[in-house]
Amino acid sequence: MLTRLLRFLFFAGIIRPAALLLLGVNVRFRERLPRKGPAILVANHNSHVDTAILMSLFSLGDMLKYVQPVAAADYWLKNRAIGYFALRIVGVIPIVRDRSQQDPLEPISQSLANGRIVIFYPEGTRGEPERMGKFKSGIARLAERNPDVPIIPIFLHGVGKVLPRGEGLLIPFSCDAFIGEPLRWSGKEKFLPELEERFRKQAEEAHFSAWE
Amino acid sequence: MVGALFSLLVIASIAWRVLAVLKPHKDYTELKQRVRSWWVIIVVFVLAIAGPTKIKLGFLAFVSFLAFKEYLTLIPTRRADRRILFWAYLAIPIQYYWIGIQWYSLFLIWIPVYAFLFLPLRMVTIGETKGFLNAAGTLHWGLMTTVFCLSHIAYLFMIPLEKNPAGGGPGLVLFVVTLTQLNDVAQYCWGKTLGRHKVIPKVSPNKTWEGFLGGVLTTTALCVWLGPYLTPMRYPRSLIIGLVISVGGFIGDVVISAIKRDLGVKDAGSLLPGHGGILDRVDSLTYTAPLFFHVMKYFYF
Repeated sequence: MLTRLLRFLFFAGIIRPAALLLLGVNVRFRERLPRKGPAILVANHNSHVDTAILMSLFSLGDMLKYVQPVAAADYWLKNRAIGYFALRIVGVIPIVRDRSQQDPLEPISQSLANGRIVIFYPEGTRGEPERMGKFKSGIARLAERNPDVPIIPIFLHGVGKVLPRGEGLLIPFSCDAFIGEPLRWSGKEKFLPELEERFRKQAEEAHFSAWE
Repeated sequence: MVGALFSLLVIASIAWRVLAVLKPHKDYTELKQRVRSWWVIIVVFVLAIAGPTKIKLGFLAFVSFLAFKEYLTLIPTRRADRRILFWAYLAIPIQYYWIGIQWYSLFLIWIPVYAFLFLPLRMVTIGETKGFLNAAGTLHWGLMTTVFCLSHIAYLFMIPLEKNPAGGGPGLVLFVVTLTQLNDVAQYCWGKTLGRHKVIPKVSPNKTWEGFLGGVLTTTALCVWLGPYLTPMRYPRSLIIGLVISVGGFIGDVVISAIKRDLGVKDAGSLLPGHGGILDRVDSLTYTAPLFFHVMKYFYF
């Protein structure tokens, strides 16, 4: 009960005002967002703010009901306080990034089976601000295991400027979110290049200048 | 005046629906979005200026913040300047604080002098010299336009009732903001119907002499007519002020247009559907607000 209240207050009182008023998101093709789960939102990742923005694309009710970001267990479950915050308040799906465990993607498939909308960053890490890293194979394996789940590519721009990795000071900028057409698992050879191509094209079409 | 504004809104809302029925083959999405955004703008604006002083100033400070943020998002900024931008943002609440305590001289010099001197100093301590002049210049230009110039509207709120028995501070604000926006609309309408000869085709191909002069006549006439209801102005001074608002509004509009063209964007943002960003809506005010303020101050305060 307390956790649910805190979760509501955290999103309604902090995350959404910050994402929508302090920063502001220009959403292109909002109608392509899924109305309900299961679905996988795939986005380029430069900043913790990415998750706040992606979650704020949905109405508060839908977001609390459906949306769950995937987060690295080694980073977010370091100690109990952060772990409680990540798991119970934000509602992340923790996954283990090293390959020691048998199946790191199992919890995600579980969430999808429960009809959730999962946020997945295929680069696996935030990397350099405003630069896109190479996609890891995780998203391909996830798509292969859930061939019926639509995968929505979302190209984010400007978020790396707001709060890049290693910085503690948030600077307001408007951000852009381009929602792509959904795609599905299309085979080992095709899927990952197709997904990367979508992002490359989106970045090109948006023709933003580099951040130096 | 407020009643008149809402009547105009109702007329506009009916007008686009009538147009859509009369000429069904045309696309009225933009007009529809524009009118809808006007509803939101006017309702929020009227609520804000009806509130206590803190709400009024807070609202305008927030408008400055949104416009400045939109500007910073548009221009290329350097990675090294993240912390500088933080200080620049901090200048906004301080500027509005001077207004709140009515420290007039500091309100006048805070951004033109002190922000101008401090931001380059802070940039030097970071030490990145590549692109220094560009960064310092563009940053200060943005602060001057979106914070300093727009904050003159806020100072009008502080004009006491005895100086303007017709409407006090809020009357002056309502007057200059409404007339500036009506001037935009009038120039647009005259230009659409009669426009032939372009004024500055390189900057803004839609601006015509017919639109400009039609706007000047309409706005000046409105100014002479409405002046006594909200302000201490009487003819012939109201004629001068009408000219100041209509010509100033035109210049503000084309200056922001030139910047958008330079940066290769059509709209400064997407906050107000049909209009673009907030900067697209307050562009004329960046000129009319300080000009109106100074002319009024010279004549009356």
